[in-house]
Amino acid sequence: MFSLFQLKKIFQLNENFFYWLKITFLSLIIFGLILSLIISPKDYLQGDTVRIMYVHVPASWLALMIFAAMGISSIITLVFKIRVFTIYAKSLAPIGFTFSLISIFTGSLWGQPTWGTFWTWDARLTSMLVLVFFYIFYILSWKFIKNFFVAEKYSSILAIIGLANLPIIKFSVEWWNTLHQPASIKLTESPAIHSSMLMPLLIMFLGFSVFALFIFFIRYKIEVLQLQENKLNKVLKK
Amino acid sequence: MTPSRKKRLTYFLVSAVVVLILGKFIFNSLQKNTIYFFSPTDLYLNSENPKGLIRVGGLVKKGSVQENKNEATYTFVVTDLKNDIYVEYKGILPNLFQEEKGVVVEGTLKDKKFLLGKTILAKHDENYMPPEVAEALKKSGNWNKKYDQ
Repeated sequence: MFSLFQLKKIFQLNENFFYWLKITFLSLIIFGLILSLIISPKDYLQGDTVRIMYVHVPASWLALMIFAAMGISSIITLVFKIRVFTIYAKSLAPIGFTFSLISIFTGSLWGQPTWGTFWTWDARLTSMLVLVFFYIFYILSWKFIKNFFVAEKYSSILAIIGLANLPIIKFSVEWWNTLHQPASIKLTESPAIHSSMLMPLLIMFLGFSVFALFIFFIRYKIEVLQLQENKLNKVLKK
Repeated sequence: MTPSRKKRLTYFLVSAVVVLILGKFIFNSLQKNTIYFFSPTDLYLNSENPKGLIRVGGLVKKGSVQENKNEATYTFVVTDLKNDIYVEYKGILPNLFQEEKGVVVEGTLKDKKFLLGKTILAKHDENYMPPEVAEALKKSGNWNKKYDQ
């Protein structure tokens, strides 16, 4: 499709590609929403509140995955100075930030009827809030540091430190006593969630992922254009 | 690999190892201090009662919930199947508060066996299923005890 290491290859993606990306996103999300809001059953305990999960869980997964991608890109940026990865990380940040906010807000809406509180300082919720702040500081470091190379350095360091928070979020429900329940879907065990609820969840996750990819391409294009405007593109070629 | 890349890679790897070791120490000390809730056994084994607001988590013991309509208070027993603690609570119970289900009570200890509850949080587990499936599982005897936590 396009080489990973060349900045401007993005402009060779033709309109057809974006068109089909949009179609895929729309059909997945429409199908996913119909499944999760109408067809999927109520939970035996939570009732209809369970439907919040179909947005909450995909958003949380993506918030974590996107930060992981940013952290790994930042390592490559700092160590190997392959600049295109800087732009990857920078373009991903607002997407992951949005998903982390969605995760916190939907979680809070679910928490009120289920637990009896919008917010509590247990390990999962607190570490997720820390992730939100890592996103905020990452984005702010690009906003406030005017010199591209200085901003690149500090934002990358921030993303790499933030990488340490990801296993804490993931395993917080196992390491500590938390109010938040452990994961229902594990790689090594069969899921603790009925298949009629698992299907819509996975389709919603696919839909969200395609959406993230679509926004990523747009952000990436904008970042490359901005580099050209600031006459930085020549430096970045190496 | 160019020498400068090699140098940066070494810097990165060394600092990553240092941070991992530091992190391990921090994690170990956090393990002892970041307790979201105590189990009744934790309290039983503690030589000193924790002061101020604490949280106690466990299962609501079957048949232990009693409502005092005049004072709008509830009393029930929270158990971790080894030790029990009595809870007195004034207020509204959350929807998912049920006997034999998980609960976290925030309140102050009167003594090791008696907690004055201020807030009640219902704990939800990781099991999701439609009501019909839950019924069928109960009928066929395949109901896993872990669903009741």
